[in-house]
Amino acid sequence: MPKPEFVYVSYIETTPEKVWEALTSSEFSRQYWFGTELRSDWKVGSPFALVMNGTTTDVGEILEADPPRRLSYTFRHVLDDDMRNERPTKVVFAIEPHGKLVKLTLTHQGFAEGSKLLDGISKGWPAILSSLKSLLESGTALAIPVSALGIEGM
Amino acid sequence: MNIDHFKPATVYTIYIASTPEKVWQALTTTEFSRKYFFGNSVEVDLKVGGAFIVRTPDGALHISGEVIECAPPRRLSVTFNVNWPELIEKLGPTLVTYEIEAVGEAVRLTMTESHDRPLSDDILEGGRQGWPAILSSLKSVLETGAPLLIQMEPPKRMLAALKAMGIGAP
Repeated sequence: MPKPEFVYVSYIETTPEKVWEALTSSEFSRQYWFGTELRSDWKVGSPFALVMNGTTTDVGEILEADPPRRLSYTFRHVLDDDMRNERPTKVVFAIEPHGKLVKLTLTHQGFAEGSKLLDGISKGWPAILSSLKSLLESGTALAIPVSALGIEGM
Repeated sequence: MNIDHFKPATVYTIYIASTPEKVWQALTTTEFSRKYFFGNSVEVDLKVGGAFIVRTPDGALHISGEVIECAPPRRLSVTFNVNWPELIEKLGPTLVTYEIEAVGEAVRLTMTESHDRPLSDDILEGGRQGWPAILSSLKSVLETGAPLLIQMEPPKRMLAALKAMGIGAP
């Protein structure tokens, strides 16, 4: 059986500092993350929340914050009834220089077998991280409606 | 070729500010592919049963296969066999399928690498390292006009696993 986790790698023509800023600033996230605001002071142990149009969709706690190399937080979806009752998962971003580029590796892990959240984030992250890459390289995020991702309950 | 017994081993999805037609062209034309595929170039005869070939920058045959499904600009499925001694005999054929869908004002490109037998994570690491680099660069070319210059060697754990099976890299 494969491990219930999701890994996504993207190569971006930018700097590690810019990627860090994009992952931690609402000014960026509103553009590439379906209008989502990021709420945290990014200190280890601090709360973390994703807020979409005034509604909190996901919450967690900062586990690691090592700018501009590594960011990690716990992640629990709170909107959908089924997902809300799943155990908290863990998101890790590794930001590495790769030649003149940045290699961004997202690992989202800690899912129970048959997790509905795993299915949702597997559809969501490629769109979010593709849009982040577009924003950093071309200055324009992608115009993808969240409803087009086929995520149950979104 | 019957592909019913192939199972997906690696899936990579990327969204691109482009049109399905341009993504199709990027995947299937020699000049375009050379920009984003580590300098390798694709030659494909776009009909079922047609030849699919990837050449290295010096023109050597790197990957050979045949077209299994061809529905421009939505779906292309090809066998994708790396031309290393004993590789196809010991690992079996590789099947690569590209699905191209318009989503909002962007395109969703999904690459699925499938095999007809279980392969170890060590062996699969080659594709898992390579596809994100190739498709990240393809996206950059289509969106900004400039490819990414990604330096990449085959993963050591993959080379070691191949060697242990008697498969040699050239």
